[in-house]
Amino acid sequence: MPKPENCLFTKTHEWVFLEGGTATVGVTDHAQREITDIVFVEPPKPGREVKAGEACCVVESVKAAFDIYAPIAGEVTAANEALAKDAAVVNRSPQDEGWLFKLKPANPGEVNKLMDWDSYQAFLQTAEAHAGH
Amino acid sequence: MVSLRRTPLYDIHKKYGGRIVDFHGWELPVQYEGILKEHQTVRTAVGLFDVSHMGQIWVRGPQALDFLQKTNTNDISRIGPGRAIYSHLPNDQGGVVDDLIISCFGKESYFLVVNAATLENDFAWLQKQAQGFQVQLENKSDYYGMIAVQGPKALELINADFPRVVGLPRFGAMELDVLGQPGIVTRTGYTGEEGCELIVPAEHTPKVWEHLMSRGAALGVKPCGLGCRDTLRLEAGYLLYGSDIDMEHSSYEAGYGWVVKLDKGDFIGKAHFAKQKAEGVKRRLIGLKLMDRGVPRPGHRVSVDGKSAGILSSATFSPTLNAGIAMGYLDRPDLKPGARVAIEMHGRQVPAEVVRMPFYLSKELKNAKA
Repeated sequence: MPKPENCLFTKTHEWVFLEGGTATVGVTDHAQREITDIVFVEPPKPGREVKAGEACCVVESVKAAFDIYAPIAGEVTAANEALAKDAAVVNRSPQDEGWLFKLKPANPGEVNKLMDWDSYQAFLQTAEAHAGH
Repeated sequence: MVSLRRTPLYDIHKKYGGRIVDFHGWELPVQYEGILKEHQTVRTAVGLFDVSHMGQIWVRGPQALDFLQKTNTNDISRIGPGRAIYSHLPNDQGGVVDDLIISCFGKESYFLVVNAATLENDFAWLQKQAQGFQVQLENKSDYYGMIAVQGPKALELINADFPRVVGLPRFGAMELDVLGQPGIVTRTGYTGEEGCELIVPAEHTPKVWEHLMSRGAALGVKPCGLGCRDTLRLEAGYLLYGSDIDMEHSSYEAGYGWVVKLDKGDFIGKAHFAKQKAEGVKRRLIGLKLMDRGVPRPGHRVSVDGKSAGILSSATFSPTLNAGIAMGYLDRPDLKPGARVAIEMHGRQVPAEVVRMPFYLSKELKNAKA
């Protein structure tokens, strides 16, 4: 599965990994720590068309619900079924087994707007990074 | 900007990695290691909670009991020295000013523990009602710190230093020396588990906390935050003032008619309560358990047979039941356990079942009730 260094990142702490025309989406380690104990994930249904920045997935901790935004536009092709049995996988393995859903990108060029690993690390040092989740 | 208040244990929360939040103007930890772990600690071992934000009021004088009978729904004459009682402070419209625990330490000496968010209002309300009574009210909330020791191993932990506390019954109360300072202990809690609450001078609270942490290490004692305090109390079916009960909702509507004693003589708002008892309630706080995955939240709407029936006042994921649980005021007081409702969550209608509360109570407390 993807190394963080090979992923792209949003300001709302999603990661996206592109491989063979499929974009796999999840939340970053920073996000899972902020969300805390994850007890429920409601991923988007396969077939749904989402826009970049659209809230399309809900991740819930004991205390609160968090919207997860599509990093790029596309059609949902898969959701991580394993999370239905054990949502805490997202806490334990946010960048691997805890992926949330897969997209078929609508505009492959759209990913250029996202941050690479180094930029995301720098972003985490800013106040803006802590305003969302 | 209103500055936030800190309890005497603030530095200790930082030391143990507490994630500090603003709780009704107090800087308190919502969690340390995590809500699920802390919840589990209290259900299986023993947890410590900082509840120093809560209010303490002494009521003393020849007419202390008369005054408390007038200002409470419960019959305070039922407790003598060394006993505590849960009660509601009624307003004159049939609503509730606060819920509280009253301990008796003598015919003319009672000790009230009230909610933090309502303390100022409670004290002003009680002072107003005290006109004409030979009674002195003293708000000692800044003087005291308070630690709740909760869990199946709480008494084992307490027994090491305070064996007399273990000899008290549930809702027993005593004044005692706590590691060299005068304190108060009650066999009470807000978790559905055995335990006690220790009330000591504020500056002495950190010493007591650290002593219990080291004494209880072998028992698995852990500091526990507000997050699991809420999941634990909701599982146990305890009300949260301001959410499940308030100035607009009566004890009867909340299903707490057992704290209203209409036969004890007059009290504030009695006519409203008596009318409600005679006529029955039009809405009732009802326990719900989700039948599908998801997490219900306060404010979510509930419908019965497609008709809007009310909203959730408290709701969460229950770690013990591994399901969503909730309480909410439904204008269908006739609903019985097993009845089906739907909760609207993120645009989805999720089926839920009416269940009897508490959702969970430890076997020790079930036995104590029997």
